[in-house]
Amino acid sequence: MLEVRNLTQRFGGITALEDISFNVTKGEITGVIGPNGAGKTTLFNIVTGIYAQTSGTVHLEGKDISALPAEMLAAKGLVRTFQNIELFGNMTVLENVMLGLHTQSRSGILSCMFKAPWHLKEERNIREIASEWLEFCDITDLADQKASNLPFGKGRMLEIARAMAVRPSIMLMDEPAAGLNNRETAELATLIRKIRDKGVTVVLVEHDMELVMDICDRIIVLNLGRKLAEGTPREIQENQAVISAYLGEG
Amino acid sequence: MFSKHREIFKFLSLVLVVLITPLLVHEGYLLNVLIFVGIHTILSLALNLLLGYAGQISLGQAGFFGLGAYISGILTTTHAINPWIAMLAAATIVTTLAFFVGFPILKLKGHYLAMATLGLGIIIYIVFNEAVDRTGGPSGLSGIPNLSIAGYTFNTDLKNYYLIWTFTLVAMGLSLNLVHSRIGRALRAIHDSEVAARVMGVNARVLKVQIFALSAGLSAIAGSLYAHTMTFIAPASFGFNFSVELVTMVIIGGLASIYGSLLGAALLTVLPEMLRAFQDYDIIVYGLLLVLMTMFMPGGLVKGIPELFTSIRARATRKVKTDA
Repeated sequence: MLEVRNLTQRFGGITALEDISFNVTKGEITGVIGPNGAGKTTLFNIVTGIYAQTSGTVHLEGKDISALPAEMLAAKGLVRTFQNIELFGNMTVLENVMLGLHTQSRSGILSCMFKAPWHLKEERNIREIASEWLEFCDITDLADQKASNLPFGKGRMLEIARAMAVRPSIMLMDEPAAGLNNRETAELATLIRKIRDKGVTVVLVEHDMELVMDICDRIIVLNLGRKLAEGTPREIQENQAVISAYLGEG
Repeated sequence: MFSKHREIFKFLSLVLVVLITPLLVHEGYLLNVLIFVGIHTILSLALNLLLGYAGQISLGQAGFFGLGAYISGILTTTHAINPWIAMLAAATIVTTLAFFVGFPILKLKGHYLAMATLGLGIIIYIVFNEAVDRTGGPSGLSGIPNLSIAGYTFNTDLKNYYLIWTFTLVAMGLSLNLVHSRIGRALRAIHDSEVAARVMGVNARVLKVQIFALSAGLSAIAGSLYAHTMTFIAPASFGFNFSVELVTMVIIGGLASIYGSLLGAALLTVLPEMLRAFQDYDIIVYGLLLVLMTMFMPGGLVKGIPELFTSIRARATRKVKTDA
């Protein structure tokens, strides 16, 4: 599904990632964990086309996506969420999700200005599909709220609804449980499983170990820019190198 | 969420006001001011699409306005081309030019973009002054014909008023459609979080360039209208000061608001007429206005005035309660 091959990233003299390789299996939930500064977010930023890597490749379903910029990846079925949720604050909740359908609509500037009939039909269609994703994430009642007025937990749900609207085959989530309370984290776990059951492969970076061990099928551990271990939650919990990396840090 | 019926009602009320105003205003001087309000509304609308919605500054709008005026003026005077075709040519040339210039320029952000567009505006201004053979240089270009339809010539203030305002209302209507569409959403998304918009598949770079080109083209149409209404143009109307004035109109009226563009344009066109007595000090009044607006009404008049009313009403009800 997603193959990362010999990925290296240097910022000036600092090596953020060194020779990282792993595979993400279709239909699974994969967790990427590691102490702070391990390079998890950098890895996400490279895979999602926000940074250009120093060397190495990323393949999505067999196709090389290494050189593609962020805006090209949505159409390829790859989408992400952000650690500090990135919502469109001045737009309503529904409009945020409607934007997720941008790549599935075609109307250009002129047909929008002159309200061409196909544009109006498309607009109705987008609105309908967006409402379904609000329903999926259980935030229908907030549809007309301004996104910047949402409490953090609901904002997270909205970000996921918006990402789902892109109709991704793979979703990368950067610390989805950060800033959530216990109840919200439990809801998030249910939602992530629901996303997987929709056939979307999920990769998440997460610090909440309980959540990771609970929902992930496979876990990749990074430490100081290198891959330390990879395996099932049980294997990782018993891995001596992982334990010492975490305890060493604390 | 914008309600469709309210939106239509608001627009129709505006159309009505535009239609009946000349019945109340007979004086040629006032009609002339209103013609300028119309032209300035188109210009601040064009800038607002770029600045208010896409969040990209342009300090070269007066240049595009001038290009529209000069292309129209030169084609009709020197080459005796029909004014309508000249207007179409002006819009097409300027849109295309802005599209190609936009690609390198809009890679820049913030101050750098401001500098680049400022430079562009100044280059255009210098061309107006120096290409004396074609533009007439600093003394200007005169004898530009009025627009006419099937023998009906727009040669009085009243006729021009209706002509200009027809264009203004159409531009406003089309802009309203645009900002409530997928393109409008994408623009606002770029403004709020460019990285998230890109991840959702919005090609921010191309969209910004497209809006820049649209904004320039719309300004060129305003320029062409200006040339054919005034029948005389000179470089002084298209300088850097006017670009700044346009930015002030957009900010005072309200960023990302179509009606705000109208309010800002109206205020900044009528105010100087009232400030004639102060002569050269009017620039101080502008500056003060801009500072006060950003301090107390960052959303511009269009958001600030309703907020003012709500807070006055809230204070009034509180007073009633304490009195009782």
